[in-house]
Amino acid sequence: MKNNSEIWFSDSQTEGASLNIRVTNQLYHAVSEFQEIDVFQSESFGKFLVLDGEVIFSEADEFIYNEMVVHVPMAVHPNVKKVLIIGGGDGGVASGFTAYSEIEHIDVVEPDEQMVDVCKKFFPDTTKGFGDERVEVSYQDGLRFVRSRENEYDIIINDATDPFGHAEGLFTKEFYGSCFKALKSDGIMVYQHGSPFFDDEESIFRSMHRKVYRTFPISRVYQAHIPTCSSGYWTFGFASKKYHPIEDFDPERWSARNIETWYYTPQMHGASFMLPQYVVDILHEEEGKKK
Amino acid sequence: MNTEMQKRAPLCEALEKFKKKRVVPFDVPGHKRGRGNPELTQLLGQQCVGIDVNSMKPLDNLCNPVSVIAEAEELMADAFGAAHAFLMVGGTTSAVQAMVLSVCKAGEKIIVPRNVHKSVINALIICGAIPVYVKLKIHSVIGVALGMEVEALREAIRENPDAKAVLINNPTYYGICSDLKALTALAHEHGLKVLCDEAHGTQLYFAEGLPVAGMKAGVDMAAISMHKSGGSLTQSSVLLLGENADPAYVRQIINLVQTTSASYLLLASLDLSRRNLALRGRESFAKVIEMSEYARKEINEIGDYYAYGRELIDGSSVYDFDVTKLCIFTKPIGLTGIEVYDLLRDEYDIQMEFGDIGTIMAYISIGDRMQDIERLVGALSDIRRLYKKDKEELSYVDSVIPKVICSPQESFYAPKETLPIQETAGRVCGESVMCYPPGIPILSPGEKITEEIIGHILYAREKGCSLQGMADPTADHLQVLEGVHA
Repeated sequence: MKNNSEIWFSDSQTEGASLNIRVTNQLYHAVSEFQEIDVFQSESFGKFLVLDGEVIFSEADEFIYNEMVVHVPMAVHPNVKKVLIIGGGDGGVASGFTAYSEIEHIDVVEPDEQMVDVCKKFFPDTTKGFGDERVEVSYQDGLRFVRSRENEYDIIINDATDPFGHAEGLFTKEFYGSCFKALKSDGIMVYQHGSPFFDDEESIFRSMHRKVYRTFPISRVYQAHIPTCSSGYWTFGFASKKYHPIEDFDPERWSARNIETWYYTPQMHGASFMLPQYVVDILHEEEGKKK
Repeated sequence: MNTEMQKRAPLCEALEKFKKKRVVPFDVPGHKRGRGNPELTQLLGQQCVGIDVNSMKPLDNLCNPVSVIAEAEELMADAFGAAHAFLMVGGTTSAVQAMVLSVCKAGEKIIVPRNVHKSVINALIICGAIPVYVKLKIHSVIGVALGMEVEALREAIRENPDAKAVLINNPTYYGICSDLKALTALAHEHGLKVLCDEAHGTQLYFAEGLPVAGMKAGVDMAAISMHKSGGSLTQSSVLLLGENADPAYVRQIINLVQTTSASYLLLASLDLSRRNLALRGRESFAKVIEMSEYARKEINEIGDYYAYGRELIDGSSVYDFDVTKLCIFTKPIGLTGIEVYDLLRDEYDIQMEFGDIGTIMAYISIGDRMQDIERLVGALSDIRRLYKKDKEELSYVDSVIPKVICSPQESFYAPKETLPIQETAGRVCGESVMCYPPGIPILSPGEKITEEIIGHILYAREKGCSLQGMADPTADHLQVLEGVHA
């Protein structure tokens, strides 16, 4: 029998454009201390997590995000022992890092314990990394956690995506400065750089690059295609004290590990730093360079 | 306080009722519920312009309230434990001026601490009374003026037995409280009225564990900035009267300068804020105290910065401390308060309440969130990492109390001449010079200028403090009384 009723979840990306996903079922809804949390089931994207009305990840495309956040810095930094993931409540990034045996400790800082519980319940594959004994989850404010750390981490991942919600503090100069301090002298920070396509988001994209460019000696942006992200086009920031993402990239060393991936490849690594002209122009403007 | 009655908001209820009647307006304001000014309606919203209405029978009249405004004032008085309350729409400045004008006339003396707000000095210019300044100690580390000491008041009364009143800040901008009960008792013993400037003290009436509030200490009048920590709209304020003040006379004084078209937006915001404070103030301020104390602890752990608190209490010049005031002494990182204040705004998108030569202040209130406290602490930590300089000796002259040569009114209206500031030592100042914020006068009209004071003005200017009150905004020149040498 055909079911004629349709329920569509709509994630408005700007005032005039939205991503619509037909949902077959709503699996969860609650308002935590920090945000509104929803989990939906869909045919096109599988299960997907929504925070404050915005799609955070879906079963269908989360691998792209997680792989690009984890493998890019891991293929550059030759000696990673300690990793910090801020806002990594869904566990996807932490799970990615557990594939590397030389990593000794992974701190995950997430203020919203309820969000972690929801992810554990509905996305057990994504959160499997939380079961690894090297992973330690701290339920607290990311800015507070990193403030007191000094010369401690090889890699810091800022996993927060929304610059206007409770994680606003993770998009600030004070946060980037604290990360700089918390990293060792050859440390790397990878962070969500948003999508530069829509005008509303371009200004955030600009201010992030401006702040990080002034904080770190090396500051580059790379891209990926992620269907559930705004405009389907997403970027990441690669901020580093010593290693250059292309010049210090070691494809042979990475390939020798035989880590299974579905998106990331050594070829993709280099290509992801090749940006469209309009994005290059934006970055140059914020660096104070003339076009 | 009658909790059942406090659940009402008579003024807001009247406005709601009035809105539903859809009365055709052939009265002012001329925007007629916003229709005549669509851009304004777009900016403020229909809700807001729709209740921007004039005084009329169902909505009472602030100049002589008999119905809903009178009820709102009674509830306000009940909430604050006062005998009477006036809703004010001209800022706390108007409440302070009404207090001063109610207790002293031309030629009479009023005892005030040197760190009074400019609204007090302006009131003296209006009414012609003469200020008697009480010496305040300056804290040896943080360099701010402390509270009024009982002995200092006793001495001022002994030297000026004809003084009519004393005005006390409770607390100061920096959170410092005097022994208000003892000062009030002493003043009353000598027949002086006690006025309390509680521009920064709304929370004292509702929170637990904070210094004593004016009405509780038995003062005669208190000016309360509801719009600061109380949550009402900017420019709305409250004047409280104790048992022995005459509300009819005070009403006359208020009406001398108060508008006859009081804004119902401001009045409604006072009514709602009062209800909110009466019903939920205790929990809200408990949260404010918790946030302030947390921030204080975290900031002190960064190193160098000094976010001071209850440890300042010494039983005399700092009798008590209002922990909701988060002041941070920045001198140990080698930067002035104003420099850190500018860095926070320009580099970190954080706007502080004020920055002066040695201190910055964050105003923590019922609208703050923990995540924003984390940003402030994070930014201060980052500023220390990036901008710390070798310690520079910062000097203060807040302790200088100039000699009063003529009354503020006399000197305000006297013929004046303009001189380069360096040539003004020994002359009598004809205008106000203040560092703003916090609005404490360095010089007021009628005071003798000295080399030391000139040095302070130039230093404050060099450090980027906002100097206000002078005819020449650059402070290159000062106006002095023509032909008068002190």
